[in-house]
Amino acid sequence: MNTQFVGQPIRRVDGRLKVTGGARYAADFNLDEHVYAVIVNATVGLGRIVSIDQAAATRLPGVIAVISHLNAPRLAYHPHKGAIDPATGERLHVLQGDQVRFYGQPVAVVVADTLDQAERAAAALSITYAAKRPAVDPSASDTTEIMAEASKGPKAYYPADTARGDADAALATAPVRIDAFYDTARENHNPMEPHATVARWDGDRVTLWSKTQFVVNEQAEIAAIFGIPTENVQVISPFVGGGFGTTLRTWSHVTIAALAARQVGRPVKLALTRKQMFFTTGHRPRSLQRVALGATPDGKLTSIVHEGRGETSRYEEFIEALTAGTGFMYSCPNVRTQYRIVPLDTGTPNHMRGPGEAQGMFALECAMDELSYELGIDPIELRRRNEPEIDESTGKPFSSRSLMPCYDRGAELFGWAQRNPAPRSMRDDREYVGMGCASATYPVLFSPTRARARLLADGTAEIEVAASDMGPGTYTSMTQVAADALGLPLDNVRFSLGRSDFPPAPPHGGSQTMASVGSAIRAACAAVLEAAARNREVRPIEAEGSAQRDPEVAARFSMHSFGAVFAEVGIDSDVGTIRVRRALGVYGAGRIVNPRLALSQCTGGMVGGIGMALMERTMLDARDGRLVNAHMADYLMPVNLDIDRLEAHFVDEEDPHVNPLGVKGLGEIALVGMAPAIANAIFHATGTRLRNLPISIENVLTA
Amino acid sequence: MLLFTLQKAGSPEDAIAAAQAGARYIAGGTTLIDLMREEVERPERLVDINALPLKDIRVEGEDLVFGALARMSEIAAHPDVLRLQPLVAESLIEGASPQLRNMASIGGNLLQRVRCPYFRMHDAACNKRQPGSGCTALDGLNGGHAILGTSEQCVATHPSDVAVAFVALDATMRVRGPDGERSFPVEELFRLPGDTPHLEHTLLPGELILEVRVPGGAHARQARYLKVRDRASYEFALVSAAAALEIEDGVIRTVRIACGGVGTKPWRMRACEQALIGRPPDRANLEAAAKLALEGTRPLAHNHYKIELLPRTIARALEMAGELA
Ligand SMILES: Cc1cc2nc3c(=O)[nH]c(=O)nc-3n(C[C@H](O)[C@H](O)[C@H](O)COP(=O)(O)OP(=O)(O)OC[C@H]3O[C@@H](n4cnc5c(N)ncnc54)[C@H](O)[C@@H]3O)c2cc1C
Ligand code: SF4
Repeated sequence: MNTQFVGQPIRRVDGRLKVTGGARYAADFNLDEHVYAVIVNATVGLGRIVSIDQAAATRLPGVIAVISHLNAPRLAYHPHKGAIDPATGERLHVLQGDQVRFYGQPVAVVVADTLDQAERAAAALSITYAAKRPAVDPSASDTTEIMAEASKGPKAYYPADTARGDADAALATAPVRIDAFYDTARENHNPMEPHATVARWDGDRVTLWSKTQFVVNEQAEIAAIFGIPTENVQVISPFVGGGFGTTLRTWSHVTIAALAARQVGRPVKLALTRKQMFFTTGHRPRSLQRVALGATPDGKLTSIVHEGRGETSRYEEFIEALTAGTGFMYSCPNVRTQYRIVPLDTGTPNHMRGPGEAQGMFALECAMDELSYELGIDPIELRRRNEPEIDESTGKPFSSRSLMPCYDRGAELFGWAQRNPAPRSMRDDREYVGMGCASATYPVLFSPTRARARLLADGTAEIEVAASDMGPGTYTSMTQVAADALGLPLDNVRFSLGRSDFPPAPPHGGSQTMASVGSAIRAACAAVLEAAARNREVRPIEAEGSAQRDPEVAARFSMHSFGAVFAEVGIDSDVGTIRVRRALGVYGAGRIVNPRLALSQCTGGMVGGIGMALMERTMLDARDGRLVNAHMADYLMPVNLDIDRLEAHFVDEEDPHVNPLGVKGLGEIALVGMAPAIANAIFHATGTRLRNLPISIENVLTA
Repeated sequence: MLLFTLQKAGSPEDAIAAAQAGARYIAGGTTLIDLMREEVERPERLVDINALPLKDIRVEGEDLVFGALARMSEIAAHPDVLRLQPLVAESLIEGASPQLRNMASIGGNLLQRVRCPYFRMHDAACNKRQPGSGCTALDGLNGGHAILGTSEQCVATHPSDVAVAFVALDATMRVRGPDGERSFPVEELFRLPGDTPHLEHTLLPGELILEVRVPGGAHARQARYLKVRDRASYEFALVSAAAALEIEDGVIRTVRIACGGVGTKPWRMRACEQALIGRPPDRANLEAAAKLALEGTRPLAHNHYKIELLPRTIARALEMAGELA
């Protein structure tokens, strides 16, 4: 493999566009004659719309239409499930009936000449409801857990139940035991760019300039909802201002934008407010977990029990990798996992950076830390003593696994040896200081992808894939891959993404873009070089290539990335302020295509982990399901002052099995592991074990 | 947002005349416009006062005087303020964000509205927004709410940081209204919610804040502001304390303490102050005095932690002030 550019810290090829404002995000597209749509959200958490009085709103200047279930056309809503949609249940049918399923559900849309006019009219709409008390707290006694349809059976991707050996019996007889409950908060993604769609119809064809991490799915979803052929929908999304998973699905506002544009016969621009993003664009579900560990006095695991529950909505069964890491992280003869979901009167959750692993590994890794204190064994040593030789959950070897090299390198870089193992033993002036560590993992996904490569007469090349770049640097890394594959200078390669008429790519999520899109681009480049060699006259000349995982290799190996995360916290001895003084992650993630981007990707994920550990929590008022802190001043996320020294390092890891590029992906694993490392450091600092996220001053003071 | 008219005032007289005719003053607009966009504030007329000559920051003897239109960021960075009134500077720097501080005026800061989330929600009962409608926070998510000065009608805290410093330092303010000028302690600007939570301050109709005067002194130079919160910036206080100390011959001669995040207005802690006069500023004395702040506190369902946090914050702020010597 030619690696002139791959592996180099190339600067972002789109950096200049971004910092000069030249990058156009969905709401930056202005069409002739476009008008504005503003969504009106339900103000009850469950019930029925009794009446909508729109007389006052309709009379306001500039108002073109008020659309609700009373006058909206019935939409086809043909079945469609994208790769990231819940397998069971049916998506929200918007403006099709009087039922209110959750607080903030869209119940009407107002279209007006200007944004101000539309907002004003939206506020003037008078809607009455017959309301019932919603269930929004998964820990409340009036909720019931269910087994998700898609998690039933041993072949399920996220199985409801797994077992090897007899974990409960082994736990009962284990010489040393840990048995604890963990609770992680509901979180919202809160990317910088709000969701937005500009929709324009030309006859029965619609073009959507839209914020999405998955253009081809948005195309298919809107086609299914409107009952039109897929090719009649064009989705354009050249830039995504952060996603973290929230734009993987095509949410109801996209449908509303298209519907409104068709109703008024003009292009419509619809952008969600920050508050509205909390209502209808998914969230990381709250999790309630029990982890029990049994071990011998010398630290050999004899039992792992991991039972996890996550929230879902009443109309779709959202599942994720809550207990997925538990089976293969450590060597243990007796392991039982259980995964259930709790339907609530909320919108459907969705994937958020490190979906499931982030919460599941929080519980498992805190429990491992608790066990290390119980045993009096260093937490890294405890993991070393339980390092498996193979994936014991499947019996397959790992394609590569660098967990212990990550710990060793991390311990050295972090200065783990300076840690006094006794809790509450380290102080710096008025701070209790604590150091903690935790393992991180994420599967190496690789989904079928196509790419197109074109050589032009002037010696430059164009590459096209319906991929997405929500910030990790897809534009740059793919340009590197293509330049190497074609043997061209970087400047001679133009990589385009974010159009549904480009060759299809998988969702820009699950840390699989580098693997999938990168491999397809390599294939397309090889194909076009071959075509060009056969036909030296014709330019431009183009070819497509595709890539997907070899099922035979997939059957042979267990493929995951691993990492070790270290955190040092300082807890104020008087007022309990928690500060992450420094943090460091070491990852075994295969080939690193661009160390500059990789560092930024990892430190960004670590910041997300700090948020998860210490700040992020979407609060619902149990009385009516109202989101109480749907505001950037009230939903806390780390700011610059909360971020001190963050470091990310990568161990050398060659993995020829995962994909042709040998890359494992970084987006998710960078967040996984941070929260437990911080929680473990907090225990080390204070001697108090806090098992609910986020850990706040209140928890520290009142524990 | 509702339609409104905007006029510019060229002089205080202009501004006051406009206000008498029903206009609301607008300075930085960081609170007012925000709430107008959400239709919580619904003025039909605004009068822009930014052209008025109320921007200066000056020293008069030991005192510092801030024009009502001086920006938070300007005051916080002013060398005389840092020298004579470090507490004021610190309380400003700890507030809001750099962008907001560049816009926000000191007059507007004192009159900012509460941050109770239900106050902004038209679909929630709120006596402050709509008198008589009820208080959703009383039995709701009230972790950020007050433990002092609450009533059955409203339990929202006063959010300003610099007001806490002003109240601690016995600052006064000068205002002008249709009937002339008057001066009074900043502490008297704020009202308790009682049965009328929609009335937040004691300004008379049309009164314009001209300036704030902060008396100086040895204690003012040895003063700190401690703001406790879950993120390091851009968050309102869970609990905050302003502490000023003058220590002579090893004992406390002058002490001023006020707290934020706990009261429905900035809360002066006079009992704590009295307990400290004439005593050495050692940790035991500071802690014992700080506990007196809990007198009369009434926690709600979700803010019990403030009972724990309040004395700790006061003791620590006093200790920090003591260390400036
Ligand atoms: C997200 C956010 C976070 C914040 N965080 C903090 C914080 O941590 N700590 C903190 O202390 N503050 C905080 N603030 C509040 C901020 O400090 C205030 O918004 C600001 O000080 C208001 O000043 P302004 O000039 O913009 O007032 P405006 O919005 O212009 O006016 C506010 C009110 O004061 C009146 N007014 C203004 N000037 C005068 C005058 N001279 N005479 C009479 N009436 C007048 C107006 O009529 C209006 O009612 C925050 C604000 C926001 C939006
Ligand atoms: S605490 Fe005050 S501001 Fe909040 S809902 Fe109650 S009355 Fe309104």
